[in-house]
Amino acid sequence: MTPTTTWYLVLAAVLFGIGAVGLMVRRNPLVMFMCIELMLNAVNLSFVAFARAFTDIDGQTAVFFVMVVAAAEVVVGLGIIVSILRNRPGATVDDLSELRG
Amino acid sequence: MELLVFVLASIMVIAGAVGVIAARNPVHAALGLVLTLFGVAVHFVAMEAHFLAAVQVIVYAGAIVVLFLFVIMLLGVDRAEDLNVEPFRIQRPLAVIIGLSLSGLVIAAVVRGRSTLGTMGDDSAPGDENIRALARNLFSDYVLAFELTSVLLIVAVVGTVVLTRRSRRPEVSQ
Repeated sequence: MTPTTTWYLVLAAVLFGIGAVGLMVRRNPLVMFMCIELMLNAVNLSFVAFARAFTDIDGQTAVFFVMVVAAAEVVVGLGIIVSILRNRPGATVDDLSELRG
Repeated sequence: MELLVFVLASIMVIAGAVGVIAARNPVHAALGLVLTLFGVAVHFVAMEAHFLAAVQVIVYAGAIVVLFLFVIMLLGVDRAEDLNVEPFRIQRPLAVIIGLSLSGLVIAAVVRGRSTLGTMGDDSAPGDENIRALARNLFSDYVLAFELTSVLLIVAVVGTVVLTRRSRRPEVSQ
């Protein structure tokens, strides 16, 4: 009995759900960022599973680009978090509500 | 054998993810993230995506998590937060319901459409065939996107430096 594509997709769905719940429940901006990484990894997992199922390398190329964009996004996001938390240590996302338009 | 690898790596992924959202200390959450990323890398190896598995370990577990840990240590937010404080009492049950329904919808769609997926091909390519195929695809069909990612990375680096720079002059407005 070998794992099929469906198993990987179900695992990716569960991982995405855990990341989404964490994003909605936690208030520390750093931990929320980690939950976004969880969701990106879930999508990467399903991309690779589809690439394997259809024997098409395009899915793996998409994962490559997702990783690049995730790295850039983490760098900019952590820069914003550092510059916010430097002025007001211990701020949660609720304290930053004046960022809304 | 493949079943054992799948089960063990899936346990790593799920346990790490639960650790990320349940850990009170942000450092522990980052370590849970490392566990999840390694589990996903094991899945990549099992699905013959050798290059992406290496990039996953090097870029995600090596660079991104270390960046997280740097920021946690730099800001001194590594003390445990009290998870029992909850401003909106409805938020947690609602979030769990939404998360479960999100996963449930995707799983239902996957299970309904599983007949179109077929069986996973057992095309164990020898040696470095995966890297060759990926490079051929990346530098022919997607070469413009590849070049654009270099622009993206430059913009991200410059933007971060500008964002985190302290101005030398005293603030006038404050």
